[in-house]
Amino acid sequence: MVVAQVSPPEVADAGARFLAEVGAKTAGVSRLEMCIQCGSCGGSCPSADAMDHTPRRLFALMRAGERDKVLRSNTPWMCLSCYHCVVRCPQDILITDVMYALKVIAEEEHTYPNNVGPDFAGVFVGQAKRFGRSWEIGLTARHYLRHFIPRLPGMTPMAFGLFRHGRIGILPHQIKDKKQLQAILRRADELERAR
Amino acid sequence: MSSYLYYPGCSMEGSGRSYRESLEGICEPLGISLEEIGDWNCCGATEYVSLSTTPAYAMIARNLAIAAGQKKADEPLVAACSACYLNLAKADHYMGAQPALNTRVNDALGAGGLHYDPGTVRVRHLLEVILNDVGLDKVRAAVKKPLTGLKVAPYLGCMVPRPDVDGTYTNHEQPNDLDRLLRALGADVVDYPLKTECCGGHMTQVAPKVGLELIRRLVAEAERREAVMMVTVCPMCQINIDAYQGEMNAMFHTKHKMPIVFFTQLMGVAFGLEPNKVGVGREYTNASKILAKALKAAPELALAAAGAVPAAHKPRPDKRALPMPRMADSEVEE
Ligand code: SF4
Ligand code: SF4
Ligand code: SF4
Ligand code: SF4
Repeated sequence: MVVAQVSPPEVADAGARFLAEVGAKTAGVSRLEMCIQCGSCGGSCPSADAMDHTPRRLFALMRAGERDKVLRSNTPWMCLSCYHCVVRCPQDILITDVMYALKVIAEEEHTYPNNVGPDFAGVFVGQAKRFGRSWEIGLTARHYLRHFIPRLPGMTPMAFGLFRHGRIGILPHQIKDKKQLQAILRRADELERAR
Repeated sequence: MSSYLYYPGCSMEGSGRSYRESLEGICEPLGISLEEIGDWNCCGATEYVSLSTTPAYAMIARNLAIAAGQKKADEPLVAACSACYLNLAKADHYMGAQPALNTRVNDALGAGGLHYDPGTVRVRHLLEVILNDVGLDKVRAAVKKPLTGLKVAPYLGCMVPRPDVDGTYTNHEQPNDLDRLLRALGADVVDYPLKTECCGGHMTQVAPKVGLELIRRLVAEAERREAVMMVTVCPMCQINIDAYQGEMNAMFHTKHKMPIVFFTQLMGVAFGLEPNKVGVGREYTNASKILAKALKAAPELALAAAGAVPAAHKPRPDKRALPMPRMADSEVEE
């Protein structure tokens, strides 16, 4: 006789808590609890080969309360933000934004699988906060020196080419009212931490 | 002259310079004017939202608040970079859909003396504005040098047609918007099924194998379809496919040489502007020669378009002929 498998209550609780936690971190209304495990997301994902769990499987793990496994997964970091899954999901789940939320939590708890993605985001945002603008050459140079030294020889002619064609500036652009931007971001940081 | 608020985004000042130059060149013939919003800041791309939610949205919303203060009547805010467009549109949309986010973001904005009510500013992408506000008739009328015989692959990328928070697109995977525009310039637009596949965005920076493979697929398919260049609407796509093609070739032992230009550059050239005035030649894989060849090959058509020679009428289908499957006129013309 086939008996429907019901999760023991403590697993169901841990799963519900984790879903609620991620839902609260997600910008927009995630609808994460509405996932029907259809697999459209994984089947549409151009990055699925590089992921240790497809988005569908990641959501199943979340529901099973496997918090640690999910936060250590490379899946969110391999997400390209292409939104293929989002327009195909029959339940209108904000899959891409859920991936961002998982990255945010993994950043807070330092559970990311490797530090290349977090470092890139960190340097990018650091410069954007400081100048109010992103600074392509500064970002690329710093990132390659830290993570891709073997790629540098190949990159140097490219950087020269871009420079010769007037496409990169040596100095960062800056906004006028950096004080205002920084005050806004300081307050936003406080609010985020207080959640 | 219809006027719009304009959010350039950081790339337009740097690697996407030819996008900016060409956009400046085509505003007048299109009858639009773009007013840059004051002291705008970086939108954080896809990086800030991966680090921290409230600050990321506050950073985007500062731009929306500035735009709201600057707009006259119901001027929309136009962005040319796909990622900027999506960030701005998403911030407006999510603040409206999620009161808790709205409260936190406005609390933060308050620390800088700003406030933003979601729904105040309508965020739009440049391509959509040209198609829907300016219209293809006006575009066609401005063409002085049709790009006849220039085989191009229309590459829209992902973030313009998807996730489409405002419901602008009827087709999120195979839209023909860019195809129609390029056809109006006289170009020979190849069928390019990867038109909204992702170029990988920042993957060239964080997971090169993944990123370069995505670029390889796009370039190889464009070549297989016999396109001589790809056309994009996004500075990020442009730099990925252009500047990383060398590294991609080295990794996969391929020899692709596929130039990629902005749709605004082709518009400028078709409107009779000098290619170097619209940034042609700044790309890493040079498009100048291919473009020059195409322009030289079609002089009489250029005259026809200028009105010197009446353009031939499309033959009407013979009523007695067998019914053959035909493309809907809307597909062909528009
Ligand atoms: S497509 Fe949507 S409903 Fe289907 S498995 Fe993915 S998230 Fe769940
Ligand atoms: S948005 Fe991310 S998860 Fe969704 S299909 Fe694209 S890469 Fe996969
Ligand atoms: S998406 Fe890129 S170009 Fe646009 S503002 Fe953000 S960082 Fe700058
Ligand atoms: S195609 Fe690439 S650069 Fe363009 S929007 Fe998508 S990820 Fe960004």
